[in-house]
Amino acid sequence: MTIFELMDTPEEYRPNPDELLNALKKEEEHSKRGKLKIFFGMCAGAGKTYDMLKSAHEAKAKGIDVMVGYVETHKRKETDALLEDLAILPRNKIEYRGVFLEEMNLDAILERKPQLVLVDELAHTNVQGSRHTKRYQDVLEILDNGIDVYTTLNVQHLESRAEAVAQITGSIVRETVPDSIFEQADEVELIDISPEELLKRLAEGKVYAPERSQQAVQNFFRKGNLTALREMSLRLTAERVDQQLREYKQTQHITGTWKSSQRLLVGISASPSAISVIRWARRMAYAMNATWIAAYVESSKQLSDAAKKQLNSNMKLARELGAEVMTTGNEHVPNGLVHIAQQQNVSHILIGRSKQYRMFANTLYDRLIELSGDIDVTVVGDHSSEHVQTKNHVRLFEIQSGWSQYAVVTLIVMLVAVASYPLTVYAGYQTVSLILLLTVALLSLRFGVGPVLLAAAVSSMIWNYFFIPPRFTLTINKPQDMLMFVTYFAIAAVTGTLTARVRAREKAVHSREERATALFTLTKQLTAAKTQNEVAEAAGKNIASYLNSEVAIFLSEPDGDIFTKAHTASTFKIDEKEFGVAAWVYWNEKKAGKYTDTLPSANAVYYPISGPRYPLGVIGVKPRDGKQFTMDQESLLENFIAQIAATLEREQLNEMAKRTIVYAESEKLYKTLFNSISHELRTPITAIMNASEGLLFNQQSSSDELHSDLLLDIHTAAERLNRLVENLLDMTRLESGQLALKSDWCDVRDIINTSLNKLEKELSHHKIQIRIPEGLPLVKLDYVLIEQVITNLLYNASLYTPHGSTIDIETHIDHHELMITISDDGPGFPPDTVQKLFDKFYRVPGTRTGGTGLGLSIARGFVEAHKGTITVANKSTGGAQFTITLPAEPQPSVIVQ
Amino acid sequence: MNPLSAELLVVDDEVQMRRLLRATLESAGYHITLAENAASALQNAETHRYDAIVLDLGLPDADGIEVLKKIRAWAEYPIIILSVRSSEEDIVTALDAGANDYLLKPFRTGELLARLRTALRHAQATSSASTVVKVHDVFIDVDNRVVKKHGVVVKLTPTEFALLNLFIKNAGKVLTHNYILQQVWGPKYEGESQYTRVYVGQLRKKLEDNPDSPKLFATESGIGYRFVPDE
Repeated sequence: MTIFELMDTPEEYRPNPDELLNALKKEEEHSKRGKLKIFFGMCAGAGKTYDMLKSAHEAKAKGIDVMVGYVETHKRKETDALLEDLAILPRNKIEYRGVFLEEMNLDAILERKPQLVLVDELAHTNVQGSRHTKRYQDVLEILDNGIDVYTTLNVQHLESRAEAVAQITGSIVRETVPDSIFEQADEVELIDISPEELLKRLAEGKVYAPERSQQAVQNFFRKGNLTALREMSLRLTAERVDQQLREYKQTQHITGTWKSSQRLLVGISASPSAISVIRWARRMAYAMNATWIAAYVESSKQLSDAAKKQLNSNMKLARELGAEVMTTGNEHVPNGLVHIAQQQNVSHILIGRSKQYRMFANTLYDRLIELSGDIDVTVVGDHSSEHVQTKNHVRLFEIQSGWSQYAVVTLIVMLVAVASYPLTVYAGYQTVSLILLLTVALLSLRFGVGPVLLAAAVSSMIWNYFFIPPRFTLTINKPQDMLMFVTYFAIAAVTGTLTARVRAREKAVHSREERATALFTLTKQLTAAKTQNEVAEAAGKNIASYLNSEVAIFLSEPDGDIFTKAHTASTFKIDEKEFGVAAWVYWNEKKAGKYTDTLPSANAVYYPISGPRYPLGVIGVKPRDGKQFTMDQESLLENFIAQIAATLEREQLNEMAKRTIVYAESEKLYKTLFNSISHELRTPITAIMNASEGLLFNQQSSSDELHSDLLLDIHTAAERLNRLVENLLDMTRLESGQLALKSDWCDVRDIINTSLNKLEKELSHHKIQIRIPEGLPLVKLDYVLIEQVITNLLYNASLYTPHGSTIDIETHIDHHELMITISDDGPGFPPDTVQKLFDKFYRVPGTRTGGTGLGLSIARGFVEAHKGTITVANKSTGGAQFTITLPAEPQPSVIVQ
Repeated sequence: MNPLSAELLVVDDEVQMRRLLRATLESAGYHITLAENAASALQNAETHRYDAIVLDLGLPDADGIEVLKKIRAWAEYPIIILSVRSSEEDIVTALDAGANDYLLKPFRTGELLARLRTALRHAQATSSASTVVKVHDVFIDVDNRVVKKHGVVVKLTPTEFALLNLFIKNAGKVLTHNYILQQVWGPKYEGESQYTRVYVGQLRKKLEDNPDSPKLFATESGIGYRFVPDE
C-alpha cells in the first residue's frame, strides 16, 4: 500500500504511525534494487575485465563493500594483479558428468550481501544443476536483492545482434543475453579499443596464449570483423545515450504520460525465419521508442511437433526481447493481425516476407494493407539462408501428419483395391472407382490433408494401372475412361481435403470450446468457494483434470508471510528441494522449475499466484504424461491462475471485511454481555457477600433459623454463579470457532439418563416420561455436548413450567436421522418470541430473573456443530416442544462374543 | 484400618482451597498434610506413606500430571485429581497417567468425601484380594465365574465376564473407554467405543435393578465408566 492510499482512506480508518512507517519501509526496500553497470566491449581482449577491476578498486577506496562473485582473468598478468587485494567469494563446485565445474556461488552472495559484486561474462551459460540456466538470471536475482553489480559483456552476445555478428564473422553465437538487460542497466561503459591496438595485444600474447592467438586471429579476429564489431558496439552505445536523453527530456516535462504513442505489432509464425523478423521488430521498436507486440494467428491448421517447438521458441525470443506476446484464433492471418492491431491501438504492423508461399504471398500482403486502414504496414525481407528454406518445403507434407499416417493410408487403399479385384468380373471396373472414392472419402474423416491427398493419388494410379483396360499399364485407351480418371482424381482430392479441413476446423473449435468450458467451470466453482481452502480445492481439482497434471498448492499465510506446508488439495508430495523451488517462486514472483531456465532440475513447474500487493501463493504443476505443456495448455493455465489469484484476493479482502464486521458485532455483544452478565454476576455475589457478612458479624446473636437461611442464600447464589460460568465457558467454546467434535458411538438412552441424574433436584417436582424404542442403535455424536443440550432443555422446562407438569422425552431414528423431542404441558411461549428464542442473551419478556439467555443459544450451537437442527414450537394441546434432529449414520456391527 | 482415620496429602496452590479442604477433610476425620506446590508435594510423598493424595493440577512450579506420574511410579494408593480443567482430554490424560478419580472444581463437599471413601475402601479391598463381591442383590464370585442376582444365576458371555472382572478389579475407579477396550478386547480396538457402549449396556440389563438409572455401572460423560459397588 502506498502512503497516498493510506491517506485517502476514510476517517473511520486511521492508520497508526507504526503502520505508516512500515509501509514506508516496505516501499523503500522495494525501490532498493541494486544498480547494474555493464562494461561493454566489441570482443574478447578489449580490456573489460581489467577496467571493471579498476573501477572496483576505486569503489573500494571510497569505502564500498566490494566482493568478487566471479572473475575470469584468463591468466592475464595485469588483470591478475588487480584481483589480488579484492575479497573473493568461494565458487560453487558442481558435478556434471563426472567433472567438477566451477560456477558463481549465488547463495553465498545473497547471504553475504556485499554492497557491490563483480560478475564477469554476463552471457555465460551455467552448468546443469545450477539454479538458473544463464548467468544474467543470477545477476537479476542479485539486483533484486538490493546488491549492485559490475559485469562485462561483448556486443556479439546481445540477443538482437547475435545474428548480425554471425553474418559478419561466420561463427554462430550461442551464449546470448536478452537486450532488455542491456537496456535495464543503470550504466553502460563502453570499453573501446582500435582493431590495430587489439591485434597488437593479441600478437603480444596478452589476450590468449600464443598458440591459441594464431588460431584466433585467423578465425575471429580479422581486421574487417573487428571494425564491424566496433562499429556495432559504438552504435549501440550511442543509441542508448540518445534514448537516455529522450527519456530524461520526457520525465522532466511531461511526467506520467506514455513513453510513446507508437505501438508496433509484429506478426510471427511457426517458421524459423520469424526470428529475424522479431529481431527486426525489436530494433525498430527501439528506434521508434515504441512498445511492441508479437502476435501469432492460430488457424485450424495443425502444427507438427517441430513447428510447435519452433513457435514456442519464437515467442520466447519475442518475450525476451521485450515484446508482449499475444495469440488470436483466425483462419486468415491478415484478419487476425488487424483485429489485434485495432484492439491494441497499434500504429504499425510488421510482417516478414516468406519465400514459402510466394504464390499466395501477394494476396496476403494486399489483404493486410487493404484491412489495416490507417495503420502502417511494413514487410521485412527474409534474410534466413536457403538451407532453412529447403527444410520448409519438406515440411509441407510433414507438417500435419506423421510419416506413419502416410504409410497407413497407402496400405488401406491397397487392401481395398485387392479386395475389390474379384468384383471387376461382376460389376465392371467403373464400380471399383466408386469403392475407392468411398474409401478416400472415409479416410478423410480420420486423416489429415496430406495423407488424404496421397490416398487420392495412389488410389487413382492403382485404379488406372490394375483396373482400367488395358490392364497393368498406365495407358488409357477410351476417352470416357480418361475423363473418368481425371474426374475421379479431382473428386477424391477435393472431397478428401475439404472433409479433412472441416474436421480440423471442428477440432480447433472443439479445443477452444473445451478451453472455454474449463475456464467457465473453474470460474463457477471459484465463485462458489467461500474460503481460501475451497478456492485451493477448486483450483487443484480443475488444474488436475483439465491439464491432466499433478498439482501442489501453497497459499500465503494470513500475515502475507511464508507458507509452511503444501495445501491439502495438493496431489503430489513436496520434499524439501521442491519446497525450495516453490519458495523461490513465491518470493520472486516468477515462474521456475522444470522446463524453465530457473531451477530446471525440479520435478514440477511452479507458477506464482501474484496479488496486487503481495504474492498470494504458488501452484506447482506436474504433467502426468511428463511432457512440457503446449501453448494452449500454458495459456489455459495462465488464465486459470489469473482467475485463482483474483478469487484468492477476493477471499482475503472478504476476510478483512469480516474481521471488521466481527469487531462491530463484538462491540454490540460486549454491551449486551456487559449489561446482562454484570447483573447476573453481581446479584449472586451481593447475596454471598451479605449473607456471609451476616454470619460473620452476628455469630452469637442470630438464631439457628436465620443462620441456616443465610447459609442457604450463599449456597443458592453460588450455584447460580456456577451455572453462569459454565454457560459462559460453553459460549466461549462456541464463539471461538475452536469447537471440535469428539464424536463417538453413544447410547442416547445413556445420555438422557445422565442429564436426568444431573437435574435430579431441579426436576423433583416434575413428572418425567421417557419413550425410547427398544434396541435403538448407537449414534455417533459428541456425548458431552449433546448431554449439555438435553440438560439445558430440561433445565429450561423445569424453570418455566409449574410444579406438577409433565415433561415428555421421546427419541427415534428415522431415515438416518436421530430425533429427540422434549415437550411439556406448561404455558408454552408467546408466539412472537419463538423466532428469537435461540438468540444470544434473548430472554422472553416477563420471565423470572435468574437466567442469562444463553442456554438455548448454546444448545443450538452444539446441535449445529453436529450438522443437526433444533426447532421449537407450541403444541396444539398447549406447552412447548423442542425437536432436535441429528444425522445418524448406521452403527457398525459389534461382534458379540 | 478405618478409612476415616486415613492420612491424606492435599496439594493445592490456592490458600483458600487449602483452608477449605483442611476444614472439610479434618471434620470428616482424616489426618491432613498440606502442600502448596509440586516440590513440597513430592518431598512429602517420598518421606511418608499416605493412604491417599488429593492433587490439584495447576501448580506453580510444575504440572500436576508430572507429580501424578512421579508418585504413581512407586505408590499404589489412590490419587484423586481436583482441578478446574474440564476438557475431556485433560481428564483422560490424568486418568491414563494413573489417577483413580477426577473431580472438577467447583465440587461439592459431599461428592469429594464420597469419592475419597470409595477410593480408600477399594484400595484396601484390592490389597486383601477378595474375589467375592456382593453388592445389593448381586453376588459375584470371580474365581469360580459365578454371577447371581436375587439368588438366580445370571449367564454372562466370556467377554461380558472379562469386562465385569475388569470393573471389579478397579472398583470405584474411573476407567476410560480406551483403557477398557485395551484390557478386554486388545490394542487393535482402540477408538471403537461402540464395543464398550454395547457391552456395558448388556451388563446393565443383566445386573442393574433399573438399567435406565444405573447404580452399579455409572457413565462418566465423554470419559468412560466407573463401577460403584457401594451405598
